[in-house]
Amino acid sequence: MSELRVVGTSVPRTDAVAKVTGAAVYTVDVTMPDMLHARVLRSDRAHARIDDIDTSAALALPGVVAVVVGSDLSSLFPRFGHIVPDHAILAIDKVRYYGEPVALIVATDLMVAADALSLVDVRYTELPAVLDTDAALADDSALVHETGYSGVSATPVVVSEYSHRNVAHEVERGWGDPDGAFAEAHLVVETRTHHPMLYAYAMEPYNAVARFTDGALEVVSTAQHPFMVARDLARVFSLPLSQVRVTAPYVGGGYGSKSYTKVEPLTAVGAWATGRAVKLVLDVEESIYTTRADSADVVVRTGFAADGTILVRDFELVLDTGAYADNSPLVLDKAVNRCFGPYRIPNLRVRGKAVYTNTSPASSYRGFGAFQGNLAGETNIDQGAERLGIDAAELRRRNLLLRGERLMPGLRGMDADLVADLDLLVDELDAGPAPAGRLRGVGFGCAATDAGAVPSSTALVKMQSDGSIVVLTGSTELGQGSRTVLAQIAAEELGLDMAAVRVLQSDTATTPFERTTGASRTTTLTGLAVQRACADVLARLRTAAAEVWECPVDDVAVRDHSIVAGGRSMSYGETVRAWFGPGGGEVVGQGVVRRAGVLAELPPFWEIGMVGVALDIDPETGQIDVHQLVTVADVGRAINPVLVEGQDLGAATQGLGGALTEQLVYDGSQIVNANMVEYRIPRITDRPRTFTSIVAERGDGIGPHGAKGVGEGARNPLPGAVAAAVARALGVWPDSLPLNPEHVWRLARKGISQRSGT
Amino acid sequence: MPELDVSTTVNGRPVEMRLPTRLTLADFVRDRLGLTGTKVSCGMQVCGACTVLVDGDPVSACSYLACDVDGREVLTVEGLADGGELTPVQRAFVDCSALQCGFCTPGFVMAATALLRDEPHPTEEQIAHHLDGNLCRCTGYLPIVEAVLKASRAGGIDE
Repeated sequence: MSELRVVGTSVPRTDAVAKVTGAAVYTVDVTMPDMLHARVLRSDRAHARIDDIDTSAALALPGVVAVVVGSDLSSLFPRFGHIVPDHAILAIDKVRYYGEPVALIVATDLMVAADALSLVDVRYTELPAVLDTDAALADDSALVHETGYSGVSATPVVVSEYSHRNVAHEVERGWGDPDGAFAEAHLVVETRTHHPMLYAYAMEPYNAVARFTDGALEVVSTAQHPFMVARDLARVFSLPLSQVRVTAPYVGGGYGSKSYTKVEPLTAVGAWATGRAVKLVLDVEESIYTTRADSADVVVRTGFAADGTILVRDFELVLDTGAYADNSPLVLDKAVNRCFGPYRIPNLRVRGKAVYTNTSPASSYRGFGAFQGNLAGETNIDQGAERLGIDAAELRRRNLLLRGERLMPGLRGMDADLVADLDLLVDELDAGPAPAGRLRGVGFGCAATDAGAVPSSTALVKMQSDGSIVVLTGSTELGQGSRTVLAQIAAEELGLDMAAVRVLQSDTATTPFERTTGASRTTTLTGLAVQRACADVLARLRTAAAEVWECPVDDVAVRDHSIVAGGRSMSYGETVRAWFGPGGGEVVGQGVVRRAGVLAELPPFWEIGMVGVALDIDPETGQIDVHQLVTVADVGRAINPVLVEGQDLGAATQGLGGALTEQLVYDGSQIVNANMVEYRIPRITDRPRTFTSIVAERGDGIGPHGAKGVGEGARNPLPGAVAAAVARALGVWPDSLPLNPEHVWRLARKGISQRSGT
Repeated sequence: MPELDVSTTVNGRPVEMRLPTRLTLADFVRDRLGLTGTKVSCGMQVCGACTVLVDGDPVSACSYLACDVDGREVLTVEGLADGGELTPVQRAFVDCSALQCGFCTPGFVMAATALLRDEPHPTEEQIAHHLDGNLCRCTGYLPIVEAVLKASRAGGIDE
């Protein structure tokens, strides 16, 4: 391969100037002519029958145009959900969680809509509520959903009848003879962990603008996956997919929380009810009640041989999925695949349940399923190392999968050098000494996740008559930098300057299909589609040149970014102009990625998480300072190294938040900290004192130039690494998160009393 | 709805409007003036995404009444690069890749601009202290600290 010109270079983000000047347009900045504003009246109880809704007083308020309730939607398909279509757009007959939308108020002015909220009179009859998974799984528990829901799942997850009617999804997976292996193990270590509910806090809250025009529905929204949203909307309104257009401009953070359908049906229902454009913007409290991450209770037992070889692992996972399934069945599937780690495990049993409760709906959040299970799995490995008297890194080295070994039968073999990555990591970690009065704890962890999701991407590249190109893709720019990276890939293929490449994204009517923007897939899969579209452009330019020159196409070649045959040569732009003539034209290339060829085997790639921390802990206050953060990005090839580093630092920082301060707390039916004062995310003063980003480039990915994805990896093992660091400093293993000062202080007290022999 | 006559200057241009007393400064600049660069996130003065300068001081526009800018000068992110030339702070945020989704960026740029006006050569600790009221969920902050240091070396604010 010739030398790379643009790929591998940290070119500036193409969206940076728009974002520092305030010119970048997000959904929340979009208006439509004659637009109305909506607000949502939400349930103030966890589980209740709706007896009556009196909207007359609200409708009488000047400026209120419509008040829509669930019973108004009987002519529509009144629910959504890409796996289980269980999610009522507006509560029908009963509410299933505090915060559930009950009425949509549409008014000429946002303040009027807000004033009308208190004028809607809803009469409820309280029902017994199941507020946690234990209550939900009890024999005589109240049912969150009395009936099943028919519909075609838009994912590979198959849901069916389960052991309890409050179970949303149940999985059992494994191999070998776990019971026999436990009987022969030298040491069996059991670990129980609780991972709390989390909020992704994408800073742009969920919002959308919708209108019907010429019989078609147009929605602008914060959707990560506009094509999947379009599918839900088409079903709601019985429209052909071609009559539903979903666009996503710049998105103010996603991290998985804007995956799948959220406020789009509500907004569209407002437009349907009024015949006018409607805008709905949630506030942060409403956003928290819209989607959170599943909490997880995990029990893991591992049987080790005396030399530390893993003989068997057994996991039981219970996720609190909340009132509606959203993506939680897939979160569970992934948790089951991701909990046991990238180790050679001859005997395995994993059992998992995603459980409906009368709490807010749970779904994706960066690395979903992985971080919940990884905390248990990696804590358990560390405890095993401690009890076996084997160094924790050495224990992992003995068990990590080698290149080509399979983490699970039927899945792609390991496409990374895990032991080499681990060595890079532990060599960097700084074990001390700590500053006076502090205890230094070092922890690290590993993860490998089946990334890339379902391979289905199509890209179009339009070669203009001046030789510049427009790249069209349905992949969404969430801040990860795909607009820049995809431009780099195209610029490299066609020998163009970055300035000659324009990437336009995420419009279901004009950009080609993209399955999702998630699972760290964009650089690898969308990147391949762009690369293939560029190759298609070149093939078409060769054909065009052969017609212009009246020679066989086989005589026409591409050399040094020109079309050549014999002694003749044309630039790409000249070829377009010569073929179309003075009327002008463009040559359009298409690149398709689907589950075939190099992508027949799933996952498309393994995303590796290798992180370590050195923490300075004040045992008197429980305060933790992050002295050092080390990440290893095993990305095959960094298309843009600065963006790779940015993904790792960002993901790791979210992991630090989850490990140290973040949790949504239910007290009865309500979340008591549904705001950004009491839901404490990392601030600039919490930043790690030193950060080392190691980028391992071995060219071993299936993406462009050997690339593999990045974005979730560093999130997944971070909480386990923090837990291990705290345990090594204090002598007590935490079994839950977050490790906030109170929790750490209690662990420190416990450690002191244990060591004093009480 | 009670209203008041408000006379203010926004990004150097005089504005006279009759505004509802309950209208926030954020809604005023975004909805009435079309200056959508100012972003609203937490809605309770924690995240700093809506930071604008009023008479040079950073305020959270989501929690500041529009009527209270009567007789004062407001500077939003759109007022920085008026004419197209990026300020050193904006330039440094671009050069240091100190943004990802960009939703917090206008607030950080405004807060950093105010810092460098008061303290042209801040230490890393001063930067962190000053920007502790601005949240970023994407970057992990280190590139933002680097950008402010770089802007301070490049001459800080530039109007």
